[in-house]
Amino acid sequence: MNRHNKIDIRGFIAKYGVILGLIIIIIFFTVMKAKFLTLENMLNMLRQTSINGLLAIGMTFVVLTGGIDLSVGSIVGASGMFAALAARSETGIPWFAAVLIGLLVGLLLGTVNGIVISYLRVPAFIATLGMLSIARGVTFMASNAKPVPGLSRGFLKVGGGSLGIIPIPILILTAALIVSYILLYKTRYGRYVFATGGNPTSARVSGISVKKITCSVYMVSGLLAGLAGVILTSRVTSGLAQSGDGYEVDAIAAAVIGGNSLSGGRGRLWGTIIGFLIMGVMNNGLDMMAVSSYWQLVIKGIIIIGAVMLDSLNETKS
Amino acid sequence: MNLLEMKAIEKSFNTVKVLHGVDFTLRRGTVHALMGENGAGKSTLMNVLAGIHKCDGGTLEILGKTVAIPTPKRAQELGVAMIHQELSPIPEMTVAENIYLGREPKKGLFLDYAAMYQNTVELLASLKVDINPRTKVGNLKVADQQLIEIAKAISLNAEIIVMDEPTSAITNKEVENLFAIIHDLKQQGKGIIYISHKMDEIFRISDDITVLRDGVYVNTWQTGKIDNNTLIKNMVGRELTEIYPKTEVSIAGTLLEIKNFTRGEHFQDVSFTVRSGEIFGIAGLVGAGRTELMHALFGLDKPDAGEIIFDGELIEVKRPQQAIAKGIAYVTEDRKQEGLVLEMGVGANITLASMRQLSSGLFIKKDREKKVIKEEIKALRIKTNGSKQVVKSLSGGNQQKVVLAKWLIKDPKLLILDEPTRGIDVGAKSEIYKLMCSYVAQGNAIIMISSEMQEVMGMADRILVLSNGRVGGELKRGEFVQEEIMKMAVTHI
Repeated sequence: MNRHNKIDIRGFIAKYGVILGLIIIIIFFTVMKAKFLTLENMLNMLRQTSINGLLAIGMTFVVLTGGIDLSVGSIVGASGMFAALAARSETGIPWFAAVLIGLLVGLLLGTVNGIVISYLRVPAFIATLGMLSIARGVTFMASNAKPVPGLSRGFLKVGGGSLGIIPIPILILTAALIVSYILLYKTRYGRYVFATGGNPTSARVSGISVKKITCSVYMVSGLLAGLAGVILTSRVTSGLAQSGDGYEVDAIAAAVIGGNSLSGGRGRLWGTIIGFLIMGVMNNGLDMMAVSSYWQLVIKGIIIIGAVMLDSLNETKS
Repeated sequence: MNLLEMKAIEKSFNTVKVLHGVDFTLRRGTVHALMGENGAGKSTLMNVLAGIHKCDGGTLEILGKTVAIPTPKRAQELGVAMIHQELSPIPEMTVAENIYLGREPKKGLFLDYAAMYQNTVELLASLKVDINPRTKVGNLKVADQQLIEIAKAISLNAEIIVMDEPTSAITNKEVENLFAIIHDLKQQGKGIIYISHKMDEIFRISDDITVLRDGVYVNTWQTGKIDNNTLIKNMVGRELTEIYPKTEVSIAGTLLEIKNFTRGEHFQDVSFTVRSGEIFGIAGLVGAGRTELMHALFGLDKPDAGEIIFDGELIEVKRPQQAIAKGIAYVTEDRKQEGLVLEMGVGANITLASMRQLSSGLFIKKDREKKVIKEEIKALRIKTNGSKQVVKSLSGGNQQKVVLAKWLIKDPKLLILDEPTRGIDVGAKSEIYKLMCSYVAQGNAIIMISSEMQEVMGMADRILVLSNGRVGGELKRGEFVQEEIMKMAVTHI
């Protein structure tokens, strides 16, 4: 049936509705607050968003395979804490080694997730829920639940510095996006991720190592959470045991707002970008308008449900 | 008075018209076969009858009264029941709970389980079906699940029962059982609309045959007054000179030797050889272990014992990757579950098993990939809007061609085809047969599993008959007789 040939407004909205949503939100805030659409504020907004952005990219990999990673918030906390412990001026460890330690902690925890899920066959929801608790517990123990201040100047630049006018976290996020884009759309690895999520059995019959692919997406998610943890610690200038708490919610939200199906196989990286931008713009704009943070939570929830509702309404109609 | 009269039914999806004024009449106490290629509009017409789709034009009369069927519930009230191709029971609930789902007998506020089970026992007895109503439906065989659906239809006092490909997944014995039940239903004056691609069945049990083609009503015949070829001609709109275009191919040396393959209850001590240039058929009843045997050969399951000698070398196949690397390809029985990634595009599905060859390093060579895809779409005449169209939206025949294309571009030496033409229309079937012939003509070999006896007999050079997991016998082309194969298929039962 040649339904694809004709111009279809509903199909167009289903595909690009989120972009439209983002534009409408931006117009709204621009009208309400003159200071909203300034270069300074936009850079500020993007810097705030970069952490959720990194987590959302990782979540996209996971969600594409039909999984979920509830542990990213705790991995942010753990990797940020270990990076902070290493980055204290008194240790004498160079800043990049501290960053590397943070990344390795993220990668390690992600790898544990991946192995437990793919090789030990624990459902992703359960495995990462367990990791959410484990990683947080480890973080508290590592720091005795006390803040870890006094980080070296080099380390503080990772989250706080700028290159020209552009904050470094934005550059990191951009780099992560480019690498992810290439991985997902230009390499066979990306094709295998889509295939694994779309139909693991067919993927296996086609000679794809489904377990390896499944394991790998949690490693990607863990690594990006590690990166986010390093940036966060650097920005707040000390290791805090509770940092990253609840971040998984925004990451999942960004992925689903962007149109990634939680059942796997159907998704798009640009959707995720729009997803975390919507979240970032909302946070920033509502703050500027001095909307109470309680209301912000309510509004965020409505946007998540609304975006997915539009998606599924279109799905059933087509 | 006729049980059902559908007149000039029109239906469009968006702007595409899929039913162009279709007529359909069902007489009391008859089986009316509805035939046509995939995409001819059979399912849409039945969905209109079952209240799933609303028709845009035309009238529906049940027992002489004009009715509207806007919802499935209304269809149920009017005595229309549909037994779907893909059954939809709730596996964790018992037989009785499934039959009475949504209309459970109650005592006050509480479910009356005693009455529910008692009713079910009587219902099943009336159908001469021996199934315990307390069994979970998920534990039943497909054939039994189907009988449960029929029982449910009867308990709903359905007068019009639609059966969509009811024999596609059940054994010959179960088919006989089903036909006996259909016969009883006819005696009770019910009307059955029977959709199937299997010609022999249609001629056996139907009283009338209606053919649709491209959403247009072609004609209705009494079954006795039309022959196989005329029927096919009307379905495809052209003459099919020969259904099985088997060509003579010179058969060379042994390509594959399987020795003493055994895996638990699934199959025991199976040995056979396949030679280059040969189409090697494997016949047997459903559950005889044919698919399981192929799974083990392809590395999807691990056999307990046995050897694979391929191309003169003893090989170990623990994973599909190893089989593929040796030049073995497997077109699985269930293309939707095991063959395709439905949400991905036609192109991505075609190249899925060949990514390594189409990449340099990690990166996909997109131009090469595009070229390969384009060639395959053309060579196999896959009807698609382009390589990006999601496979889900293709017809069954075209989906099957995508799976074939996926393996053919790898140029395997041995192609395993498991039910290669299940659920696809006559036109696409004949194209797949032609492909098979040209493929073995290049010196390759095919193992073909099929439950359609005619197909195996029409295409194979030799047939291995499996019976209850063991070899029941082997026949050469020229020795094929349906009765003989059936006899072999039950030797170990």
